[in-house]
Amino acid sequence: MQLDRRSFLQLSALAGGGLALNLYQSPFAEAQRPSPAGLTPQAFIQIAPNGVVTIMARASESGQGMRNMLPMLIAEELDVDWKDVRVEQAELNEKIYGPQYSGGSSNTPSGWDPMRRVGAAGRQLLISAAAQTWGVPVEECTTQPGRVVESASNKSGLSSSGHVVNVSSSHVLHVPTGRTASYGELAEKAAALPAPDLKSVKLKDPKEYRIIGHSQPNVDAHAIVSGKPLFGIDVQLPGMLYASIEKAPVFAGKVKSANVDAIKALPGVRHVLVIDGGITPAALTPWEPGMEPGIAIVADTWWHAQQARKKLNVEWDLGPAATQSSEGFKKNAEELLKAPPANTVRKYGDVDGALSTAAKVVEATYEYPFIAHVTMEPQGATAHWKDGKLEMWSTSTLPADGVGLVAKTLGIEQSDITTHMVRSGGSFGRRLQNDWLVEAAWIAKKVDAPVKLLWSREDDVVHDPFRPGGTFGMKGGLDAQGKLTVWRQHFGTYGDGKQATSGGGIGRDAFPAGFPPAYALYTSMQPLMLRTGALRAPGDNAYCWVAQSFLDEMAHEAGRDPLEFQLELLSNKKAPWKSDGEDAVGDHEPTGPGVLVPERFKGVLQMAADKSGWANRKKTPGRGMGIAVWFCHLGYVAEVADVSVDAASKVTVHKVWAVTDVGSQIINPGAAENLVQGGIMEGMGHLAQEITLVDGRIVQSNFQNHPLMRMRQVPEIEVIWLKTDYSPTGLGEPTLPPTLPAVTNAIFAATGKRIRTLPLKASGFSWA
Amino acid sequence: MPLTLNVNKKPMTVDVEPDTPLLWVLRDVLNYTGTKYGCGIGLCGACTVMIGGKAVRSCTTSVGSVGSQAVTTIEGLSPDGLHPVQVAWEALDVPQCGYCQAGQIMSAAALLYHTPHPTDAEIDAAMSGNLCRCGTYTRIRQAIHAAASATANK
Repeated sequence: MQLDRRSFLQLSALAGGGLALNLYQSPFAEAQRPSPAGLTPQAFIQIAPNGVVTIMARASESGQGMRNMLPMLIAEELDVDWKDVRVEQAELNEKIYGPQYSGGSSNTPSGWDPMRRVGAAGRQLLISAAAQTWGVPVEECTTQPGRVVESASNKSGLSSSGHVVNVSSSHVLHVPTGRTASYGELAEKAAALPAPDLKSVKLKDPKEYRIIGHSQPNVDAHAIVSGKPLFGIDVQLPGMLYASIEKAPVFAGKVKSANVDAIKALPGVRHVLVIDGGITPAALTPWEPGMEPGIAIVADTWWHAQQARKKLNVEWDLGPAATQSSEGFKKNAEELLKAPPANTVRKYGDVDGALSTAAKVVEATYEYPFIAHVTMEPQGATAHWKDGKLEMWSTSTLPADGVGLVAKTLGIEQSDITTHMVRSGGSFGRRLQNDWLVEAAWIAKKVDAPVKLLWSREDDVVHDPFRPGGTFGMKGGLDAQGKLTVWRQHFGTYGDGKQATSGGGIGRDAFPAGFPPAYALYTSMQPLMLRTGALRAPGDNAYCWVAQSFLDEMAHEAGRDPLEFQLELLSNKKAPWKSDGEDAVGDHEPTGPGVLVPERFKGVLQMAADKSGWANRKKTPGRGMGIAVWFCHLGYVAEVADVSVDAASKVTVHKVWAVTDVGSQIINPGAAENLVQGGIMEGMGHLAQEITLVDGRIVQSNFQNHPLMRMRQVPEIEVIWLKTDYSPTGLGEPTLPPTLPAVTNAIFAATGKRIRTLPLKASGFSWA
Repeated sequence: MPLTLNVNKKPMTVDVEPDTPLLWVLRDVLNYTGTKYGCGIGLCGACTVMIGGKAVRSCTTSVGSVGSQAVTTIEGLSPDGLHPVQVAWEALDVPQCGYCQAGQIMSAAALLYHTPHPTDAEIDAAMSGNLCRCGTYTRIRQAIHAAASATANK
């Protein structure tokens, strides 16, 4: 997927910090995306005669809780008891279900209104069916939720599926007579009625909510804790073969020759397939650059395939990407930042003048590495090609895009592909790219059997679409009173000079844009022949660290408290976006949910300070608190970290306070709290991770050199919600970015050492 | 060469090379897919099973080394998924993606088997070999304490 610059700007004007939102939404042309009015309640809701309600979960699930959240919205307005609800995964069909991807924390904002309306329309159909049966006006009817009657044999006290014997189901009540009819009795008649206009259905007053805002445990929890086959890797088909792919150690390296015949003769091996691939290495590697070349080994078991891989003897044509190295990238970035910037992304005010007249100028270079996604379930998929039709079991979080890519790569029609959406063991942006799905489909088409492809962990690290590294040359000016007067940043990133590689850009309106009296965001790019992509809170997961660290640094240089310094900055009148021939929105302040609202930003910041006792924090050597705040993916989050650093520069995070404003409603509070804690743990993880290259080869390979946080390193986390009157938005991404600067600012407070280079070890620190 | 195993209290015969990791025999031969592959080198704990009451990484345990010892996988931890650890996991709504949780639960069950009332430090020591990419550690710790008190109250 390629976005031209103009469409990027237009979309970012709509979606704000939403570089990510753009990425996720753009694969779907408007015409393909059904309007909410096109959704039919019947597609989402099935009611059995005994009153058990089945609700289709439309979105892909990789741990964000979408199989709870979206069905909860429907169930609330349908007015059923959540215990009566069974959730089923919808097959991929966006014409019926609307968008089925999960990315950019977009399921809450995009599902909040339409899913509730689907439920309300279902309720209205049931009321109409009852009113017609009884010959009474619909206005005299209402609904009452049902209640599950559990069987005596269910001693567990659990309400998970499988224990229900009798159901006293939700029903329609005729108020004047007290007459009732159960949803189960009415379902058949209701299903035959014309669907009401979704725009006109009446929604509940939030005060009446019995499901939304009340924790509903993960619908798959029982299956997960008892080890049921749920995940992509668990798919089993009769006669299934297993595949593993050996790829060049360098991106897009091609097979020159290999001992294919010898490998074919090994035990358990059925097929050895050379993949020519379709990637032409270039300065800008597109979102889906084509199949990577390699050798696929298809065997009776995955272990056989893996053992055979070890015996492969391949001569590779490594190609131009073999000239790349982290050292070279670093040298190039230094030169880029010394030279005049190539692109002006946004600039207002007399930046150079303000710097020359500032009472104090602070200069710093911030640098962060490439990192990999490392989902716990490595990439893979199962596919079966039979009689000209392809069936896929896909864990994609951008599943419709996957179908398009498979059809294009294999030269088949999209209508000949059926996609089953399977739960995955984590995505974090990784499964938005469908490279592994295409590989599974390609192999299946060559082999007369169902095939499960699984990447090894090493494959998964080395062939990840990495979060690109970056270098920022920062300059800030202070006046004699210690006020920030100018902010100039020159972002050294990767791309073809004009367009940055996926995950390597930042939004024009990313904080603090608009607030300092003079501001510039410049970019310069060096080529990158490497697959990159969106990692949880793309763009923001790196830039927030830079911006919030430098702001902390400026406050310190001004001799001021970083909280007070930032609150003052936020009180400036925001500079409008000036049309400079590139700006799609013209000479006015953009509005909409994607635009930073200073009061919300200040709100979370102030509350984080209050909850953490920021004003009265102790200043002892070796221990300190750091504060940071961010707005991305429509959510506002401020975090304070309490950190200690020992004599060996080992860092312990004792506690993190996280204040989150994602609008008026936390839909599933238990799951939401879990996601906040997870965002913080991932943010801490990023601080110690890096991917480096020598001669085009990725140095890291597994968890020993691309680590995740472990149990003994987990801080206490206090999750605080700040509810505001705004429409609810998503939580997957916005809690992550502030963690990094909150921790590194705390390390500065504890030690006086500013961390300007990540990972931590590059600045002399490591986790305790 | 056929090997006899004792998995989830059932005798099983498998015809595999003895150096095959137990993980792949469980998953792809015996169809116990609850045990997960995460790293293949004993660093992440997703493949944890119990052998003779001890938490063991099945990805680095050759099937030939197991002999007649009792192997317990997540599927065999309890008949209905109602082992105190599983009940606590569900009650506290621990999982996000859920992929690592079978391994986490097996490590926790082994911990409680030997140390019915673990301190936080003991939980750290026993559980730090199990990675959770979603970051559910806070709830895992709470669930282990909850399972410990539930067992004590019985």
